[in-house]
Amino acid sequence: MAEYKGIVVYGELTDGKLASITTELLGCGRNLADQLKEDLSCLLASDAVGEASKEAIAFGADKVYVVEDPALKDYQSDSYIQVAEKLARDISPRAILMGQTSMGRDIAARLAFRLGVGLSTDCLDLGIDPESKLLLQTRSVYGGNAQATFSCEVMPQIVTIRPKAMTPIERDESRKGEIIATKVEIDMSKVRTKIIEKVREEVAGVKLEDASVIVSGGRGLGGPEPFNTTLKELADVLHGAVGATRPPADNGWVPEAVHIGLTGKIVAPEVYIAIAISGASQHIAGCSGSKNIIAINKDSEANIFREAKFGVVGRYEEVVPAFTRKLRELLAG
Amino acid sequence: MAQVNMIVCCKQVPDPEAPPAVFKVDTAANKMTLPPDVKPVISPYDENAMEAALRIKDKAGGKITVLSLGNQLVRDVIKKPLSVGGDELVLLEDAAFEEGDSWSTACALAAAIKKIGEYDLIFCGRQAADWDAGQVGLGIAEILGIPSITIARKVEVTDGKATIERVIPDGYEVVEMEFPALITVTSELGDLRYAALKGIMAAAKKQPIIWKPADIGLDPGQVGATGRRTKLHRLFQPVKEAKCEIIEGETPAEAGANLATRLRQAKIM
Ligand SMILES: Cc1cc2nc3c(=O)[nH]c(=O)nc-3n(C[C@H](O)[C@H](O)[C@H](O)COP(=O)(O)OP(=O)(O)OC[C@H]3O[C@@H](n4cnc5c(N)ncnc54)[C@H](O)[C@@H]3O)c2cc1C
Repeated sequence: MAEYKGIVVYGELTDGKLASITTELLGCGRNLADQLKEDLSCLLASDAVGEASKEAIAFGADKVYVVEDPALKDYQSDSYIQVAEKLARDISPRAILMGQTSMGRDIAARLAFRLGVGLSTDCLDLGIDPESKLLLQTRSVYGGNAQATFSCEVMPQIVTIRPKAMTPIERDESRKGEIIATKVEIDMSKVRTKIIEKVREEVAGVKLEDASVIVSGGRGLGGPEPFNTTLKELADVLHGAVGATRPPADNGWVPEAVHIGLTGKIVAPEVYIAIAISGASQHIAGCSGSKNIIAINKDSEANIFREAKFGVVGRYEEVVPAFTRKLRELLAG
Repeated sequence: MAQVNMIVCCKQVPDPEAPPAVFKVDTAANKMTLPPDVKPVISPYDENAMEAALRIKDKAGGKITVLSLGNQLVRDVIKKPLSVGGDELVLLEDAAFEEGDSWSTACALAAAIKKIGEYDLIFCGRQAADWDAGQVGLGIAEILGIPSITIARKVEVTDGKATIERVIPDGYEVVEMEFPALITVTSELGDLRYAALKGIMAAAKKQPIIWKPADIGLDPGQVGATGRRTKLHRLFQPVKEAKCEIIEGETPAEAGANLATRLRQAKIM
C-alpha cells in the first residue's frame, strides 16, 4: 500500500495570477506541513501558468506541479478531474486542500468519489489529531447555525476551505522551492460538456471582495431602486461597494455577483453596513469576518442586532439619508 | 420534441429559515434539536431543482420521478413534489438509512437510480440546507459515470441535450451537455410553483414506492451511519459575545445622524 505523505494545495488562477484563495490555502497548508514535518506542494493547472508558480513558492509551497494544456483554458470538471485524479494517484498526498470556490464546489466531490474517500466542504478550521495524525476538519453546518468537526481515515483526506477563513503567510521571494513541469494526457473524448459562451455581469465601482466598506441591502428594501440610490450614495461617500442578501439577487434587483453569504460571496471588510437585512445565519456566514457590522433595521428583534456592534432601529428610508448626510459632513470637516 | 425522463432528488430537512436562536445543539448526543413548531420542509434548493424539471416537462413532456432518502418522512412534506406535477415518488425509507454522510447517501441514491433504470436528466439542489455539504449530486454523477453541471440558474432541453446557464463568480456560462446527465440547481432558477387543489388531492391519493436497502441491492451495513466515510467528532455552537450598541435619537433621522457621529468618534470611519 502506498504511503500517504505531504499536503497538496489544488490552486487556482484568477486573470492569470495566483488566486487569493490559493495563497490562503498555502498559508494553512504550510502550517499543517510544518506540524507534520512533511512537504507542502501546490498544483497549478491551466493553459498558461506563468509566474504564478513562483508566487506559490513565495507563499509557502516546497514544490509546484505545473500542468499546462490548452484544454485547461476554461475550467470544466471533465478535463480538470483528469489532472486532479492523476496527481493524487501519482504523489499520494496525506491531504488535498481546495478552495470552496466555483471550481472547488464543482470538482472536490467528484474527486473524492472517484478516489473512494470522504470529503468535508466549506471548512473553517483544520487541525491535526495528535494521536492519529488525522486532519480534524471543522465546517459550518445548518446554514451557519452550528459547526461540526469531522475526520476521515481513508487517504487522501480531502477538504475545501472557505475563502478568507485562513491567512496567507508573508510573501517571501527568497523562499526556495521546486517547479515540476508535469504532463497529463487529457482525453478530450471524456469531456462531455461544452462551454458555448461566458457572460460577465460586471459590477461598476469597487469590487466587493476588495472593498474595505460594504453597504449591503436586503429584502426589506422592496425593489431595485434603493440599491441604486440610497445605498449607492452611502457607498460612494465611504468609497465602498454595494452588496446584497440572496433575495434581492434571486429577484433580479441586483446582479448575482453581489450576493453575499453561504452560497454567494464571502467578504470580510472593515465595515459592513447591513440595511433592511434580518441577519439569517446563511447570510451572516458570508460576512461574519467583517471587523465591524452595523445594522439598520426597523425590527428591534431582528437577528442582525445579535451580530452587529452598532445599530439603529428604524425605517431605512428615514435613517440612511440622514446617516449619509452627516457622514459626508464629518468626513469633509 | 422527445419526452424527457427525469429524476429529482429531494431531501426533507428542518426549516433552515427558522430563527437562528431556536437552533440548539444537544452536545451529549451530537445532534441538532429544534422546537416542535419548527416544521420540516423540502430543502429549498431541491424545490428549485423540482421547478427546473417541471419547466422541462411543461415544454417537452415527460415523466418526473421524485426520489428521497430518510426515515419516518412526513408524508405531507415529502409528497409536495407530487402535488405540483411529479409523477412518481420513490422513498428510500428505513432506519438503516439514518445518519448517513454524503458518501453513504449518494451510494444509496445512485443504487436506487440504477434500479429506476431509465432517465435522461437527474436534478438535485446545489446543497441540502441541513449539512450544507453540496456533495451528493456530484457523488451520484460520479457513481453513475455521467457528466454534471452544478449551480444551474436555467435549464433548457433540445433533442437529446441540455443547455444550462451555470452561475460563475462574475456572471454565468452557457454549457451544453448530452443526456444522460446530472444538474444541480440554485435559487436564481426560481421558486417552486404553488400546487393547485387538484394536484394536492391527486398527491394525497398517490402512494409512494418504498425501498429498503435490500431492494436496491445494498446491505444495511453499506448505508446510513455504518456506510459513512467521515466520522463526526463534535457538533457545537461557538459562543458569540457580540453586544450591539443601539444608537437612539428623537427621530429615526436623528438616530441616523447620531450613528455617523458615534462611528466617527469610535474611529470606525
Ligand atoms: C441552504 C440555504 C442557503 C442560503 N444561502 C444564502 C446566502 O448565501 N446569502 C443570503 O443572504 N441568504 C441565503 N439564504 C437565505 C437566508 O436564509 C435568508 O432567507 C435571507 O438571507 C434573508 O434575506 P434578508 O435579510 O434580505 O430578508 P428578510 O429575512 O426578509 O429580512 C428583511 C429585513 O428587512 C427589515 N425591513 C423591512 N422593511 C424595512 C425598512 N423599511 N427599513 C428597515 N428595515 C426594514 C425587516 O425587519 C427584516 O428584518 C440561504 C438559505 C438556505 C436555506
